[in-house]
Order: sequence, then C-alpha cells, then structure tokens
Amino acid sequence: MSEARDVSKLTLRDVPNKDYFLWGHGACPGCGVAIAVKNIMRILGPETIVYVPASCLVVFGAQYPYSSFDVPYLYSAFENTGAVATGIRAAMRRRGRDPIVVGMAGDGGTFDIGLQALSGAADRGEDILYVCLDNEAYMNTGIQMSGATPFGAWTTTSPAGRKVKGKRRFKKDVDHIVAAHDPAYLATLSIAHFNDFVRKVERAKSMTGFRFLHVLTPCVPGWRSESARTMEIAKLAVETGMWTLFESHDNESRVTYKPSAMLPVTDYLKLQGRFAHMTVEDVNSLQRWLCTKWWLHYKDQVEALPCRVYETERPVAHDGDPLHGV
Amino acid sequence: MVTKVISADHAVAWAARLARAEVIPAFPITPQTLIMELLSEFINDGELDAELIAAESEHSVMSIAVGASAGGVRTFTASSSQGLALMHEMLYVAPQVRLPVVMANVNRSLGAASGIWLEHNDSMPERESGWLQCYVEDNQEALDMVLQAFRIAEDQRVMLPVMVCLDGFVLSHTVERVEIPGQEEADSFLPRFRPLNRLDTEDPRVINPIVPPEYAMEMRYQLDRAMDASRAVVGEVDELFGRAFGRRYGGLLEPYLMEDAEYALLSLGTATTTARAVVDELRSQGSRAGLIKLRFMRPFPENELREAARGLRALGVFDRSIAMNGLGPVFTEVRGALGSTGIALSDHIGGLGGRDLTLQEMRDVYASIGSSAAGQATVRWHGLRGEQG
Repeated sequence: MSEARDVSKLTLRDVPNKDYFLWGHGACPGCGVAIAVKNIMRILGPETIVYVPASCLVVFGAQYPYSSFDVPYLYSAFENTGAVATGIRAAMRRRGRDPIVVGMAGDGGTFDIGLQALSGAADRGEDILYVCLDNEAYMNTGIQMSGATPFGAWTTTSPAGRKVKGKRRFKKDVDHIVAAHDPAYLATLSIAHFNDFVRKVERAKSMTGFRFLHVLTPCVPGWRSESARTMEIAKLAVETGMWTLFESHDNESRVTYKPSAMLPVTDYLKLQGRFAHMTVEDVNSLQRWLCTKWWLHYKDQVEALPCRVYETERPVAHDGDPLHGV
Repeated sequence: MVTKVISADHAVAWAARLARAEVIPAFPITPQTLIMELLSEFINDGELDAELIAAESEHSVMSIAVGASAGGVRTFTASSSQGLALMHEMLYVAPQVRLPVVMANVNRSLGAASGIWLEHNDSMPERESGWLQCYVEDNQEALDMVLQAFRIAEDQRVMLPVMVCLDGFVLSHTVERVEIPGQEEADSFLPRFRPLNRLDTEDPRVINPIVPPEYAMEMRYQLDRAMDASRAVVGEVDELFGRAFGRRYGGLLEPYLMEDAEYALLSLGTATTTARAVVDELRSQGSRAGLIKLRFMRPFPENELREAARGLRALGVFDRSIAMNGLGPVFTEVRGALGSTGIALSDHIGGLGGRDLTLQEMRDVYASIGSSAAGQATVRWHGLRGEQG
C-alpha cells in the first residue's frame, strides 16, 4: 500500500487477493477469528512477522509440520504477546530490518493474563501492532469466562444455574485501559463492517509506534450460534451497541460508524444460545447499561433509545456492578 | 587488557559488554541489579551499542529475550531468586526453541522464610529446564564464564541457553581484582552470532508451532542430545579460552589435589574457596584430603566425576540448597553417578538463607567425611543454631 493512498477512502475491493494466512487451517466453520486473521494478513502482506500466544489461533493456525501462516511465525506462551513482540522488534531494529511485527492474541490473552505485558509494551511505546481477537471467552480451553465475556452470558465457568445465571459482571473496558497508555493508534473493528475494517488495518499498518486493533470475532461453539450467521451477529453487535466502532490517535477519538438507530439488545441475544437463559431483569440490566454506553459513546448524535438514560453527567460508564452505572 | 577492582556483578556486566550483547531485557532484583545498572551506564555513555529494554516483569524479560534471540541477535539478561521463578515458564521455551540466550543468575534464596541472601534454591530447581548451568567461584570466573557461555551456547552443536550462576553478595557485591580483556581480544575469542533459525521475512519460518505427539518426543530427544553434545564443547571452549587469556578452569569440573586423595568434598560456588583453604590445612597436617569443584550442574559431569573420584574412600557433597526430601539436589546427582562405586557418600547442607559458611564449619565437614563409612548415605546440616528436634 503506498503512502499516497487516502486510507479513509479504501474499501474491501482494495484488499490484495494474495493470502498469507492460507486455507487448510483447522478453524470451525463460521469462525470470526479465522475471518479476521485472513483479512488482516492479506492487508499486512509478506513483510510481516507474526507472534501468536496460546489461543484458538495457535492451535488451528499452525501445527508442526504444517502452517497456514506464510510469513515468519513464533509462539511461546499465553501472557506475553506484548513482550515477545517487543523482543522481535528489537532484533529487527538491530538487524536494520523493518517488517511489521504483529502480535495476535485472544481476549483472555489480552484482557486478563496478557494485560501486564500489553501494558508494558504500550507504555514503552513499542513499535508493534497488537491485535486482540475478541471472542469473549477462553474458547480454546472450552468456553470459560474471561474479562471480555458480556453480562449474562453462559460459559462453562458462568453456567446458567438454578441460582446464578451466567456472568454477573459487565465486559471489561480494555480499550480505555489501552487508551490510557496514549498509543499511536487504537481502533475497534468488526468483521461485518468491511470497509471500516480495511481502513483501520491499513491505517495501523502505515503507522509506527504502539498500535492496538480490537476485533470482535463471533465464535460459533462458544456463542452457541449458527455458523452461517457469524456476519449477521457481528453486524447486530454494532447495531445494538454491544460493540462500537471507533478509532483514536493523536489524542483524538472518533466514531467511525454510527448505526442509524439503536436496535434492542434482544435482536442480538436471540441469535445466540449463550444468552438463552437470561431473565427479563437481566436483559433489562444489560439494555440499560448499553443505553448508557450508547449515550456516552455517540453523545450529541443520540436519538430515542430503547430505554431511558437517567443521568446526563457520568464520568465512567460502569464499575462492573450490574446495578451501578445504569 | 585492564585490571580493575570490581564486584562480580560488574564483572558480569563487563563480560556482556565485551560479548557485544545486542538486546538486554532487564528487570531489577537484588542482588542482580548492579549488572543492569552498569550495562545501562555503558549504553548511555555510548560505550556499548545495545538496547536495554526495561521490561515490566521477569516473565516479560525472558519473553523479550526469546523474541529477540528468535529474531537472530545476541541476547543477554540477568536475574535472581523470585525473578528467576517468575521466568520459570519461559525458561522452558528458550532451550526447546534452541535459543542461545545467556543469563547471569545471582543466587539468592527463594520463597518464604526469605531474605535477599545467598542460597542455591533458586537456580537448582531450574536444572531440568534445558539450560546449561554453570556455577562460579570468584569475580574473574564470573566474567570469564559469561564470555565462555556465549561461545558454548552459540556453538552449532549446542544452540542452548546458558545460565551462569554466581553467589549473591559473597560475589555479587564483593570487590576483587579482575582482569578485563580488551575488546579485540574478546572479539577474536567470541565470533559473531550465527543463528541456525531466525525470524526473517526473506526466509519465512514457523518457529515453535504447536507440536503434536507424533513429533514432540523426538524434539525432546534432540534437546537432550544437544545437552549431551555440550559436554565436549564446554571442554573445548575452556581450552580455547585458556589459550586466549591464560586462564583455564577445567571444563565441567576441576579436581584439586585429587591424585592421591583418600577423602574429598564436592562443592560449587564460593563454598569451594573455603573448602580449598581447609584442604590446604589438612594437607599440611599430612591428611590426604581433596576437593572437586563442580562447575556445571547441567550437563552433569558423570564420567568426569567417576574419573576424579577414582580411589576415594569417602566423598562428601556440599549442598547450599535442600530438595525437601532429606537431601540436597547436588548430592542426589552425585549419588546417581557414584552410588555403585562403594565410595562412602555423605551430604553436607549449610549456608542456607545467607548463613555464613565459616572455616570451622568446613573443617567439621571434612572431619565428618573423613570418618564416614560406606553404606547408608549420611546427611548432616552444618551451622544449625540451638537444639533441633
């Protein structure tokens, strides 16, 4: 991609056809991670070195003696994406080489166990691209709850029991944690919003410094959804406010896509078995939380919401307690 | 060559400088910190062209080291105690990925009932990780072995990481006269790093993907064979070093007055210096005492030990660590090597948690070995205070 191109006008048509994450990998049909990685690698191209920590991707992306990555690739452990990528980048600097060094971690490897190394790398302003492939639970180990799991969702460690039904805390706001490190670039991506996706990956690719791309990647077995509806679910996540699309650089945050109106969260929940057990009260809690988030995020563009937002001045979206912040 | 009166930590930093280490991830921990401080000064004064990366934890230090070494550049770091323990997970990655990282570990006690003082129970548990492990006796040896460690680690027959262990405070913070080789001398001893496999977009390789059972066992075998191959390389490098700098250390172990010895102690680290003084004393009294300085815990020199111990009636082992099964870790290895020889074996545990090891205690150690009989191995703790259950 030449520097001269206006990144903001790129579309899916501008993505090169050559794959560097090849067919034959072992992902489930409809896997959001595979879709994201395939397209990210097409855009990043051959001058890329990939680090993948423990995750689904490390299992389905390369197993000796096979690999779907057609670029240099390294794996070592779970919690160290920011650190290993730091080391690779340092080696490349010493060798006078300038590939893109990308770490692609899951939500557990980013929000939870990898947060320290992520913070270290962001704080040092390492010249690396960090991609968080967020499928909202530890899917590789069999669908356990993570900091990224949304309120109410079933996982194997937040089961829909007779007494407690699903996760009791809201999704951790990792983007604001990363933003607090003043990264060169930070953006949220949806695999169903192609042009926005392409522009953000291209922008991250064209920049230096610490760049963070956060992609929502629906997971068919983990979300208990149909493989053919991955894109529909990814789209509805944005239309209901369960996911927002923005980017941030040079101390400025910008909404890159705003749905014309907020759809009720039930449109999103009903396509996923992980939410099937939710009580009306829990759905309402989630909806109220989303309305507040929506209001905070889209500010003066907010139209009539599916629920009322009671306060007009609120510094922080939530404190993790489902009954607060709504 | 210049001579300076410096601590072992500073000697280690000088060695990393002379080795032209390119990437140095670091996190502070006493008593290692002096190493990183001096390296930082070298870099900021423009005397060393390297990147010191101030990581946010030792786990990240070793992760950065893995990334940098896989990236194809010479990588050095140092740690100690809790820091080494925090690296534990990543310590197992470097050997299997065949990354010749060199690390100084300044020995310090680990865990509760802890302080910042000398004990070998931080590095001993890592002897199964695939790192070569060397223990040094003085500041000069600390410098020399870090230089040698790069040459050993980067030998294409080895390609394994090396941990140079030095006793906390007794060496790390104690100044001694140290000969510092000139840069040209160091360069001619230590060739440029030529990695076997590296991350390179011009020659893309997948390094360390998930390995299924059909292949993983062979990789373990290759790792074990590389460790075995390092035995010869350690000796060769010692000889090369001797030719270049006039100092030889004997390779995996160094016998002292063992030719006609009737009884001897095997020790490692600075306890060896105390033992040598006692051996000299005993010899002057006509007693045929000897000493085996164990220099490498990995690879463990079984054959060399059997050779050195030939003709002994009794051999004691000094363990500055306890394996919590009644014995020290070094003794367990020695018994494995010599158990069938009929030599009376005894384990001597002392100097734990930074407790001073005195000449008198070492005399007691030798007296105990001298009076030990073949058969059941005996264990004695030296320097315990008060009545113990």
